[in-house]
Amino acid sequence: MNILSQHRSLELHRAAEFIRLHSMEAIGSCGAGHVGGVLSIAELTALLYQEVLRYDPKYPEDPARDRVVLSKGHCGPALYAALALAGFFPMEELLTLNQNGSSLPSHCNMHKTPGIDIGTGSLGQGASLAAGMALGLKKRSSASRVFLILGDGECNEGQVWEAVLFAAHQQLDNLIAYVDVNKQQLDGYTEDICSLGDLRSKFESFGWRAIQADGHNIDELHNATQEILRETGRPGIVIMDTVKGKGWSGVDGKPGVHHVPISSEQLEEARKEITHRIESLTAQLEGIHD
Amino acid sequence: MINIRTSKHMLREINSMELIRLAEADPDIFVLDADLMSSSGLKAFAGKYPDRAVNCGIQEANMMGVAGGLSAVGFIPVVHSFAAYAVRRTLDQIFMAGCYNQQNIKIIGTDPGVCSAANGGTHMTFEDIAIMRALPGITIVDPTDEVMLKSLLPQIIQAHGVAYIRLFRKNKRVIYRDDTEFTLGKAQVVRPGTDITIIAEGPLMVFEAIQAAEKLEAQGISAQVVDVVSLKPLDEQLILETAAKTGAVLTAENHSITGGLGSAVAELLADHRLGIPFGRIGFPEMVGETGTVDYILQRFGMTHAEIAAHAITLVGEKDEQ
Repeated sequence: MNILSQHRSLELHRAAEFIRLHSMEAIGSCGAGHVGGVLSIAELTALLYQEVLRYDPKYPEDPARDRVVLSKGHCGPALYAALALAGFFPMEELLTLNQNGSSLPSHCNMHKTPGIDIGTGSLGQGASLAAGMALGLKKRSSASRVFLILGDGECNEGQVWEAVLFAAHQQLDNLIAYVDVNKQQLDGYTEDICSLGDLRSKFESFGWRAIQADGHNIDELHNATQEILRETGRPGIVIMDTVKGKGWSGVDGKPGVHHVPISSEQLEEARKEITHRIESLTAQLEGIHD
Repeated sequence: MINIRTSKHMLREINSMELIRLAEADPDIFVLDADLMSSSGLKAFAGKYPDRAVNCGIQEANMMGVAGGLSAVGFIPVVHSFAAYAVRRTLDQIFMAGCYNQQNIKIIGTDPGVCSAANGGTHMTFEDIAIMRALPGITIVDPTDEVMLKSLLPQIIQAHGVAYIRLFRKNKRVIYRDDTEFTLGKAQVVRPGTDITIIAEGPLMVFEAIQAAEKLEAQGISAQVVDVVSLKPLDEQLILETAAKTGAVLTAENHSITGGLGSAVAELLADHRLGIPFGRIGFPEMVGETGTVDYILQRFGMTHAEIAAHAITLVGEKDEQ
């Protein structure tokens, strides 16, 4: 079992905080955004782009790369911060988010942004697009894997479940999904709007390997990912227990934080909180040897 | 004189045979169906290339997304369902995978318009051309016979982008000589004439238009019949020329008169300030119902008799101008 060293784990936690920081800077620069769902996938995007995925930022079209489908496409800023940190484009571009003519629209567009493998934004559709990629890559005997990121509210969509049935039937073991269970959707709590029930047993009953993990714990996420990547004959999913708005007290766990305006004072507050954690993680890293 | 004859094969068989032929040379062609392989004739393709055909089950929305994913890794997915479900049910999936992500997807919608006959109103699509015409960059054809299908299919497979093929799957009627070549975006003059142009699309209405023209000839009216071949892109040049030459235009389509061929031609004529007598034959604002094709065409005034009568009116208006 490939277990992260304490040093590596701290590095990845710090990468997640950098993703938070840069996402908040980007959203702050345009005054509003999908803050809640962006902050809840910071650990996942850090783990994927810093540890798990195979890619070459200088050759984003590399056929041998792993693919990422952010089906909850409104959380583009988290992915953009991860891509910029991975070297796909300069960090300063992050501050063009959603501006006229920007290459960084809040919802992902493969034709605008280097490193985006498919455009998303119409919920549920990323699941099918990812399943199609995984099917095609398998048919080509490619070693590339497809990483699909779903929202919990998104699982209201019937198309998600069509794709889940399909992927199991086609034995797409090169498809690994994550569902960001942050318990809120635009209008409120998922429990109050269209209850999802037990997602883990739902996916299992559809023929998937499903593992529950704390979505803000890099080690748990990493171990679950490794376990699913070893799976053969069926796709797998990590049911991520997360907090919407995680990591900035202005929104962390609060209701109504799907899409919010960000004032310069709020941005400064978020910046302080996140920077403080980055400094603390850096101090911890300096205290241990890899 | 047009030599109308009956093929040994239905269009669905020709379609599958041609795809098999094309797939021999092109390893990227991949067929998807939604539990209608027995109806679409694509079982033959799946038999020949089991590794390049997937029956998705009854889930058209997912199938369209899967097609987008397959295209994103280099395949050329050919997706089939009945026209009603291939288009009406999956509009946003076609938009996301095909238009927004600019993937390469070939959609075959069988039994468009009235062609589903006994399957009735739920399966009839009078609005598919209108829907698809509004999407950017999409090619739309309604092959009139097997000669046209054989000629257009390789072009459609070769051109990157979304193409929508309306396919009257059980059609056996052949209108064109075997050696006729067609080009995407180019209309075909089926029968020359000077007094009015009847622009028709697809197996049903091109045939009705030809019969109408023969009827009109007996009454001293010379009707030019144009097969539009490709509904999008439209052969604007040929349509404008024939409209200017004959001075009156009547369209005939197996589709609603809203948003389809008639609308496309009307837009073109208006854009070019061609204020000539103009009419549209097609379904009025309505949903379909169970019945034979002939019965329904008759019930809604879409047969050669009505086309001819409408043409006479338009030619009369021309004389008044």
